[in-house]
Amino acid sequence: MANGSATTGSSGAYLEFEKPIAKLENQIEELQLAQEQRAQTGRDFSEDIKKLRASLVSLVRKTYANLNAWETVQVARHQNRPVVADYLDMIVQDFRVLHGDRRFRDDKAIIAGFGRIRGRKVMIVGNHKGRLLKEKVACNFGCAHPEGYRKAQRVMKLARKYALPIVCLIDTSGAYPGVGSEERSVAHAIAENLSTMSRLQLPIVCVVVGEGGSGGALGIGVGDKIGMLEHAYYSVIPPEGCAAILWKSGEYAKEAALALKPTAKALLKLGIIDDIIPEPLGGAHRDPQQAGLAVENYITRTLRRLCRVPVDKLVERRYQKLRIIGSLTDGSIKLTNEKPTKKTAEKKKTKAKKKAAKNRA
Amino acid sequence: MAKELPAAAWDGFSLRRRRDVPEGLWMRCQNCGAMLYRKAVADNFQVCPECQQHFRIDARTRIEILVDPGSFEEEDEKLESADPLKFKDLKSYKSRLADQQKKTGLKDAVVCGKAFIKGRPVSLAVMDANFIMASMGAVVGEKITRAIERAIEEEITLIICCASGGARMMEGLVSLMQMAKTSAALAKLDEAGGLYISVLTDPTTAGVAASYANLGDIVIAEPEALVGFAGPRVIWHTTKTELPKGFQTAEFVMEHGFIDMIVQRKDLRDELARLIDYCGK
Ligand SMILES: [Zn+2]
Repeated sequence: MANGSATTGSSGAYLEFEKPIAKLENQIEELQLAQEQRAQTGRDFSEDIKKLRASLVSLVRKTYANLNAWETVQVARHQNRPVVADYLDMIVQDFRVLHGDRRFRDDKAIIAGFGRIRGRKVMIVGNHKGRLLKEKVACNFGCAHPEGYRKAQRVMKLARKYALPIVCLIDTSGAYPGVGSEERSVAHAIAENLSTMSRLQLPIVCVVVGEGGSGGALGIGVGDKIGMLEHAYYSVIPPEGCAAILWKSGEYAKEAALALKPTAKALLKLGIIDDIIPEPLGGAHRDPQQAGLAVENYITRTLRRLCRVPVDKLVERRYQKLRIIGSLTDGSIKLTNEKPTKKTAEKKKTKAKKKAAKNRA
Repeated sequence: MAKELPAAAWDGFSLRRRRDVPEGLWMRCQNCGAMLYRKAVADNFQVCPECQQHFRIDARTRIEILVDPGSFEEEDEKLESADPLKFKDLKSYKSRLADQQKKTGLKDAVVCGKAFIKGRPVSLAVMDANFIMASMGAVVGEKITRAIERAIEEEITLIICCASGGARMMEGLVSLMQMAKTSAALAKLDEAGGLYISVLTDPTTAGVAASYANLGDIVIAEPEALVGFAGPRVIWHTTKTELPKGFQTAEFVMEHGFIDMIVQRKDLRDELARLIDYCGK
């Protein structure tokens, strides 16, 4: 595993908003050193350490329970955050990688192949960001070319032939913006994937594990269930790009992130994702194994449910789920798939009760 | 990537100057510099009589040029955005919408309905680049989807005249999901055996390019229309390489195999009718 724990002494790995956490962790470390020399000094710090550890846990919990959208984006991009390759190592057995789109070349920014997750045979498609610098460069830091999306489509059609459910692991800042990308039409490749995935006669489960970068993410992101790790983000445009256009400067990325509301919580409320997968305390980068287990549990549980549904029904449900996504009005009625907040839900309930009472009377 | 973008005025996708038709009795062609009598340009389908530059036109003008006179019946014209994110940048999305509605007389960036093209019935959707760069939010996505559904139900040809700067970022992921929604509806139309002709006009980019614009059974483009996914500026900043000549023009894209034909605006109506005769029911 290339990813170490961010908390153990690698101070460079702390994010801006984690400074109080870093301070506390340093204090604990110092006390621990002092504690090791107890024999010479005769002073015992074990009680202090215990107390500080408890307050550290509550500080981390408090910090991570209230991350704003911009902090979430930073966590999702954290250098030590597990990437798709890590999840594959942790949760997939007997992974057989399939290369190439059969048209142009093999795009390393998309990784695909057969695998078993807790014994169930599946087809896996994921954004491949890479771990070491050499690997990262080879796969363009996870930004796929058209051939990546066409590879994804090819293996999905192969999966259809053998009735293997599809698992998509999403983590990309976006499709690669380059001359070759345009020449071979990445737009066309993504569009084809959207229409193919929307009708594919197979259960599809998608999990956004890190960055959900607009069309580049959606290009492998149409499915029956869309799960999102707690601190992942999924945005129509990178906050920096949005800021450059609407605030006239990339410096306003924070403001843009807050306005775009790309967090799992907000997207669940908008009815765009189905589930939030909780991360270990302090984020996936603090405990990749735990994060892997959470993702594995989610995929296993979701596939078990989806595989019970007749496939025609599954595809129709998938369509209807997409069909209602929107937020508009025709001047009088508001049409939206947003989940009602507790308040409006209660209002509706009391309204219905009143109506029922009226009818009885 | 996007971080390196300078603060210079950038319309979101294009390095090229805009080609709207300016107001006034006379106008100067931004391409060849000729002074043109406005009426002569209008009579020439808003195309420069000197150099054949196709100026951008609004949805109403496009419909007028395309369909049999008086045959257009608009649908869903009342739909407007409910601002799902309560989005605010330097300006609130709500007030931006109000301004655009006032400016264009439209509720959002697409006009949909049924019409006849030389007697052939069609479900027609026409995007209007004057409305927040014809970006796609929930309203555009819903209206396009309904236009597709009309084509399925009534077994008529679907024609979408695309123009777009991409997804409407002020509606966040709701706008991105319209790509999936419209593409899914088109997959249904395809299963039903319906004909869909996509017409790409200047500019067709990003989220719209990566969904319905590129899913036509037949893809037509107007001469020199900008057609692409990422903005040239973003590409330049990422790759630091010189962009090829004619990059992201309709001609370039056709050369690379993603457009069937480039059709002059004055011939578009005839061409559509002929194609429908080959494929339509
Ligand atoms: Zn001219």
